Amino acid sequence: MSTLTLSAADAAPEKIDKAASAATPASTPTATPASTPTATPPAPPVRSRGAALPWLRTLIAAVSGIGALVAVWWMVADNVDSFPGPLATWHAAVELFADPFYENGPNDMGIGWNVLYSLQRVGIGFGLAALVGIPAGFLVGRFNFMRSASEPVISLLRPVSPLAWLPIGLLVFRDADMAAIWVIFICSIWPMIINTAAGVRAVPQDYLNVARVLALSEWKIVTKILFPAVLPHILTGVRLAVGTAWLVIVAAEMLTGGIGIGFWVWDEWNNLSVEHILVAILVIGVVGLALEYALLWLAKRFSYGGAV
Amino acid sequence: MNAPIVKVERVGMRFDTNNGPFVALRDIDLQISRGEFVSLIGHSGCGKSTLLNLIAGLTRPTEGMCLCNGREIGGPGPERAVVFQNHSLLPWMTCFENVYLAVERVFGATESKAQLQARTRAALEMVHMDHALQKYPNEISGGMKQRVGIARAFAMEPQILLMDEPFGALDALTRASLQDELMGVMGKTGATVVMVTHDVDEAVLLSDRVVMMTNGPAATIGEILEVKLDKPRERLKLAHDPAFAEYRAAVMEFLYQKQMKKAA
Repeated sequence: MSTLTLSAADAAPEKIDKAASAATPASTPTATPASTPTATPPAPPVRSRGAALPWLRTLIAAVSGIGALVAVWWMVADNVDSFPGPLATWHAAVELFADPFYENGPNDMGIGWNVLYSLQRVGIGFGLAALVGIPAGFLVGRFNFMRSASEPVISLLRPVSPLAWLPIGLLVFRDADMAAIWVIFICSIWPMIINTAAGVRAVPQDYLNVARVLALSEWKIVTKILFPAVLPHILTGVRLAVGTAWLVIVAAEMLTGGIGIGFWVWDEWNNLSVEHILVAILVIGVVGLALEYALLWLAKRFSYGGAV
Repeated sequence: MNAPIVKVERVGMRFDTNNGPFVALRDIDLQISRGEFVSLIGHSGCGKSTLLNLIAGLTRPTEGMCLCNGREIGGPGPERAVVFQNHSLLPWMTCFENVYLAVERVFGATESKAQLQARTRAALEMVHMDHALQKYPNEISGGMKQRVGIARAFAMEPQILLMDEPFGALDALTRASLQDELMGVMGKTGATVVMVTHDVDEAVLLSDRVVMMTNGPAATIGEILEVKLDKPRERLKLAHDPAFAEYRAAVMEFLYQKQMKKAA
């Protein structure tokens, strides 16, 4: 009995506080003339509980989504012969990750090595694409002639599957590794050119007018105005490019062989160890997610005018 | 009021649009003397900003020519500084850096870095923004941004200052305080100014001459009103000044009687 009254008494003043603080901002404009703008009260601290709920809801939704995926997986595994369920895959994963960096000669290395080799190919191909694609995007965006010249070429080549370029890479470089990097380069370069060029064209005319009134040199225009203004667009291009590159590397490695997560998947298929393939799929997904988030974080760091 | 610094001679401006040619301005003749403050006023769409852009050199006239110091204006240049309507500060630079960019461009070849920094600081002090040197434009209010925009323009020590509705986006109180500040800076520097506005009080308060433009399309100069009020002018005193009321009425009459906008 006593606890009941206590809790009721506890709760009551809090409610009154909330009501009072919620009422103050609404009543201020009518009470005081508009000429005293300093009288705005601080925001009442009632948001904390309301903010916690959506966060919790998101977490519950995410967990139930993953739960549904696992459930479907379970059901499929139960009904299809030799398709491992979550539990079997888990055991395989524990075994694989117990020693991800073992080396038994060039054709038998741990899954960690395979992922790193794939990331290295993506890094090189993607880095070269950035080196070529971002300056090219600036030229295409800045000069109408370059735009008109490149538009038909890009429109024609962009829809081509990057894997179609693999034989060309093999022919020119005579090296499977270089060919895979070449494929990554080709698939990464289009989003970078296109996004950088679109960013350059989207630079507000006001900023360019400032540059014109100041009669800035082309170098200053690029470094002080264009590059900072276009950076968010460049990072969008980079993010799209990394996403595509990570998609493509798996397929490219299946064809070129060597060490890499793509060929590893193919190798495990030949060994008929489907558990390992499922682990690889999860690993590919996690790495892709990590790349995406890292670049989103980077983009946030370099977006001006936001919550800096 | 000596030799004209800017001459606009028989200028016309035609834009080629999808619906055929559009004549924005025709037969504009205007001379602006050194140290003069000229306002361009008219209903929206009368081409007053277009005229300002022609003097700035941001666009070229399709007829006639604009001259600055006797030479044809072929493009924009730092001797004709522009204060843009929406301040146009670069959001990735601090207030100091925004002004410094302009100062460096104009004086960088002849002055030391310390001198350039001192100029930048002085310009920001003049508009009372020295407390926000290291702030970014998105961290300060609209009125403060416009102050920095004005500081940037003044810091270039232009021969003529072109202002495109510099206070148009501000609330009435901020606008009044910035107008007072502008008058103070004008008194100190004796700058030549051309300002586009649609505010009658602002035009009369600040100007030596108010150039009133007819309605577009094919707008031209309708009347020019000389404002012979003593300087420095004080807003509160002028509020009761019959001469001020007279000038104000003259502009209003032009805008709302002779050039009444047909109901769209």
